[in-house]
Amino acid sequence: MRTDDLIQALVADRTSREGPVARRLAVMVAIGVLVSLALYAAILAPRDLAAAVLMPRFAFKLAVTLLLAAGAAPLLTRLARPDGVPGILALGLLLAPLLLAVGIGIELIVLDPSEWRVRLVGDNAVACLLCIPLLSLPVLTATLTALRHGAPTRPRFAGVVAGLFAGGLGAFLYATHCPDDSPLFVAAWYPLAIAAVVAMGCVLANRVLRW
Amino acid sequence: MDRCDPDWTDLMRQAIAGNAAAYDSLLRDAAARLRPIVRRGLLRAGHSGTDAEDIVQEILIAVHLKRHTWDDTRPVGPWIRAIAHHKTIDALRRHGNRHDLPIDDFADLIAAEEPRPSVADADVGRQLATLAPGQRQVIQAIAIEGLSIGEAASRFTMKPGAVRVALHRAIRSLAGQAGRL
Repeated sequence: MRTDDLIQALVADRTSREGPVARRLAVMVAIGVLVSLALYAAILAPRDLAAAVLMPRFAFKLAVTLLLAAGAAPLLTRLARPDGVPGILALGLLLAPLLLAVGIGIELIVLDPSEWRVRLVGDNAVACLLCIPLLSLPVLTATLTALRHGAPTRPRFAGVVAGLFAGGLGAFLYATHCPDDSPLFVAAWYPLAIAAVVAMGCVLANRVLRW
Repeated sequence: MDRCDPDWTDLMRQAIAGNAAAYDSLLRDAAARLRPIVRRGLLRAGHSGTDAEDIVQEILIAVHLKRHTWDDTRPVGPWIRAIAHHKTIDALRRHGNRHDLPIDDFADLIAAEEPRPSVADADVGRQLATLAPGQRQVIQAIAIEGLSIGEAASRFTMKPGAVRVALHRAIRSLAGQAGRL
């Protein structure tokens, strides 16, 4: 087909424009979170939240995980566009690690060194490593589906950010269940579990985000 | 680039609002300006320039199918350039070439227009033969014979909505051919 003919066809199809990417992302993420919640309800149970929220360590781990997802979210809408460069928004990814570092520092100061090891190892390391990726997977799938609707020109980086976003939300859900509250436990195991989600995001995105 | 940018942005806004003439001149102008740049990129990567027209068509289809990813508060030029760069790299990679195209190539969208492709080159474009028959007859009537949606509808005794759907699907399948080349 000649290029002029193709242009004629594209012009005739001009009413077919799809909805904005940002809205698609929001809708898909909402669906992903609902599926994750259903999964959570099926396999885990929340702790006594009313009492737990008042405990600083519990509130801290919720804040760190939520901050990770919140730092990644604005990057996602940007990376969904072909001309979207991460720019200064990439710094948002550092917020959660920084907060975690502060938490570790405080924990090391207030805890007796003899307790460090016990808190770090905790009782739920295996559950943490299994449940966080599991709870993140629906959100990751939904996010990648929405990115497919966009036109990302940095598919692997978009996959990494999608993994951090989904991993943050999955970790947030898991944190409401897990009785290990010490920032030392969070620092030892959460990043490992989230790294698995990030690796999945990167590999999947590289295959799926082609257009 | 700077000179034509506000113009393109304006054309794209009108196109999205439904103005056929604006969309037509935007796509034609973009094709004319992209053609020499794509060809130069291919030659520099050690390929013949004969695939250039095919890549230009791929870029136009991507611009069309992904126009919802354009943020209409920004100029459209850099957005088109990003798509063109991505599609050209992608084509080079499919030909087993990991050559990194300097992004500056597309900074120069004001480059002189190149002569239209010769008749032989024109055959390199998107292949209609692979489409489902229903889609093919609709896109052929509209693209090559220049029928409107309404005219195509009465010729094939279809509803205009069904013609639109067939046309859109045909364009999507043309976009999907790229990976199988």
